[in-house]
Amino acid sequence: MTEDPSNLSCHLFQERLPQMIGSGEDLASHPHLLGCPLCRALLADLETIAEAARQLFPVAEPPDDLWLQIESALQKEKTAQERDLESGA
Amino acid sequence: MADTPLDPESPKQTPRPPGEATASPVALAEALPVEPTGEAALILKVQSGDHLAFAELYSLHKRRIYSLCLRMVGNAAEAEDLTQETFLQLHRKIATFRGDSAFSTWLHRLAINAVLMQLRKRGLSLISMDEAMEPDPDTGSSRSFGAHDPALHGSIDRMALERAVRELPSGYRLVFILHDVEGYEHTEIAAMLDCSTGNCKSQLHKARLRLRDVLRSVPEQEAGR
Repeated sequence: MTEDPSNLSCHLFQERLPQMIGSGEDLASHPHLLGCPLCRALLADLETIAEAARQLFPVAEPPDDLWLQIESALQKEKTAQERDLESGA
Repeated sequence: MADTPLDPESPKQTPRPPGEATASPVALAEALPVEPTGEAALILKVQSGDHLAFAELYSLHKRRIYSLCLRMVGNAAEAEDLTQETFLQLHRKIATFRGDSAFSTWLHRLAINAVLMQLRKRGLSLISMDEAMEPDPDTGSSRSFGAHDPALHGSIDRMALERAVRELPSGYRLVFILHDVEGYEHTEIAAMLDCSTGNCKSQLHKARLRLRDVLRSVPEQEAGR
């Protein structure tokens, strides 16, 4: 016996929502949504959030002295490697 | 041709039939190996130990990598440490970069790995699929089944959303940033995080639900002031 999707409870529909959204399923004409304004509003909100996320977080500039820290760390690594080579020789 | 000592990965070596060297100057020029230019040339210089070239490579990519780290951890000091760690890793590993993928993609993955290592050290664990729909341990509330709360009506304040993302628990934030902001697929994220795609989808869903809850409460907070 197959399940009638229009008879899904909100609980069951929302439980399955991550999988349905994640698999790229077109939910606009899902029978449950056609009769449920609450789940329709929920889905619309989630889509709005996902859409807005693409515009988030403009590029940020790291502090100027970060390069100096990286150079210093590289120098330490090099010195340690040379010391290891000498002690191994 | 079996004994031709060609490295198939090397951009400098192009197989040429015997006798080609005596061809016309135009044909010769066409047959000559193409010298890498731009970033490819820079990478070759770094691979040969050129420190100035490494500094230039840092300059080219520092904003993108720092921004990525900042998005993922939501904290400037930590993002600086992770940017440093990423470029140190780059310095150690650049000899292994063979150009199979775009350099920026490769570097991006180094940065993500650095962030994941850091988060794992701090005990990041992804919540399992079974727990995903359980009541929220922070608020004690279950998910919004049938809730009669105001909808977002298709508009979100960008600053409010960024703030809300920064306040997400690190596991949720990670999946949200990787999928919705950076555009990775669930299968790629699942591989990075060593979890199932089902778990990844569930985490993303929970992250979006949490953001929805926070964003819907923003007008209420503002009205209460």
